[in-house]
Amino acid sequence: MELEKFELGATPLKDSAIKEGKVLTVAKKPNLKYAWDNGPAIGRYLAELKEGRIIARKCNKCRRIMIPPRMFCELCWRPTDEWVYVEDTGTVNTFSICYVNWDASRIKKGEKPHLPAVIEIDGASPGMGILHVLGEVEPEKIKIGMKVRAVWKKPEEREGSITDILYFKPVRG
Amino acid sequence: MAYQRVAIVGAGITKFVRRAQETGKELAAQASKMALESCGMTMDDIESVSLGTAPDAFDGVHMKGEYLSDGSGGWRKPYMRQFVGGGTGVFAPIHGWYHVASGMFDTCLVVCSEKMSSCHPHPQGAFKTIFDHTTEQPLNPTLIWIFALEMNRFMQTYGITKEEIALVSVKNKKNAMDHPAAQLPMEITVEDVMNSETLAWPVNRLDISPASDGAAAIVLASEHVAKRITDKPVWIDGVGWNLDTAYWATRDLYYPRYVEKAARMAYDMAGIKEPKREIEIAEPYDPFDYKELHHMEGLLLADRGEAVQMLLDGKTQRDGDRPMCPSGGALGVGNPISATGLMKIIEIFLQLRGEAGKRQVPGNPRCGLAQAWGDLMQVGTVVVMRR
Repeated sequence: MELEKFELGATPLKDSAIKEGKVLTVAKKPNLKYAWDNGPAIGRYLAELKEGRIIARKCNKCRRIMIPPRMFCELCWRPTDEWVYVEDTGTVNTFSICYVNWDASRIKKGEKPHLPAVIEIDGASPGMGILHVLGEVEPEKIKIGMKVRAVWKKPEEREGSITDILYFKPVRG
Repeated sequence: MAYQRVAIVGAGITKFVRRAQETGKELAAQASKMALESCGMTMDDIESVSLGTAPDAFDGVHMKGEYLSDGSGGWRKPYMRQFVGGGTGVFAPIHGWYHVASGMFDTCLVVCSEKMSSCHPHPQGAFKTIFDHTTEQPLNPTLIWIFALEMNRFMQTYGITKEEIALVSVKNKKNAMDHPAAQLPMEITVEDVMNSETLAWPVNRLDISPASDGAAAIVLASEHVAKRITDKPVWIDGVGWNLDTAYWATRDLYYPRYVEKAARMAYDMAGIKEPKREIEIAEPYDPFDYKELHHMEGLLLADRGEAVQMLLDGKTQRDGDRPMCPSGGALGVGNPISATGLMKIIEIFLQLRGEAGKRQVPGNPRCGLAQAWGDLMQVGTVVVMRR
């Protein structure tokens, strides 16, 4: 068989055909709301963030100090053993300079780009990173390996969320 | 291990388009009909159906497997839906292989159908919920973040440039000019890629495959049935898949260890000792251009950090020593998630039969591979095929 010998299906629609009402579509906007429970590991993680601290869990078999904390070690497949406070500083493992919002719309003119990064947290095992964003830095000056520190919301504004850390900024000197 | 040998005996595909008039069921039916006709079979000959389709959120239809079953010939048949994100298109044929290899069935129709265009304003939005709901979603991530983060890490680790990586996009979009189903066939230059809109540095618009609607299907048969259907069966000699941790930020992104694990599983089954020598042609998953290189290394088709040199030397061109994505890949043919993986299986099937038309690679390859990748940058799915 060769593909060229067949009449292939799928009829492309033009945007104009939809706008002009030549194709009838049914639109629906689901209005679902979720409330996610977080369990003991992430629950404590959030409670500590509210206090301006970052906490991890340690597995006494592989000795990894894991962040985000988890009640089981996925490598050893056994319960983790201890709570360990780690630093609110770390190292940029990788980053991006992003001009697109979550829904693929573009940031507005004059808005600063999103600066997502994987940050390896000091005090956790090497390579243990979290997803967060960078701030107070010119995008072109960001480097992999850069040392950064958390910038926290004011204590009274914290709500027990990963966004209690506003962003990570470069450590000077 | 005792199992029936399984062959691919027929294939079908629709055009890949940005927005299709047809529903997902209709696309599935078009691809399935073509697959059956290509090998002179009817739905009555099909004993089981394996369906692959990606997130329900694209269609806004829950239980999408059941929704698509009618178009896929699943009526009153043993029917199963597979889903591992972008890895689905190679995972569904692995399940089909099991259905037949186990001896439970002699035939299986594998169908992958995707309709991404139903999700507005853009299917990207549906991807937000793959991130952890508590520790990541509040940061408003987009799917492009993880590609940008991974690409940057990959570039930094080996000192690879954006210009070098852009050559993958140039190659694949050009290859797609010879694919009758292609959505984005085009002749472009590295400069065009570099000058296209920066979405999430280091990712530009032309580094990325498009969102697409489309479907693909193949017919699998046991050895004794396959030999009655065709004198050119293509054997599935190895299958492998592997899943890494969902704590994606706590493993180094420069190397896809789970793809290597999946590949080793498939190579062991196929008796392949030296993949670089024995795999003559491959369709690694290329939703972003750097992923082709990343996956070539995970698949052990290139040493770590060396895939880019094979690209620069022209070895991965269609007329090169080791053609990669001769179809045009996700970058050129389009990326209706699950159907893309199956399109890659179909390309290797056609190439090994010498039926790839203008896309045919020289040298009568005997052994090839198709691979897909997905979930939260954590799954690798691999199929090794021989004629």
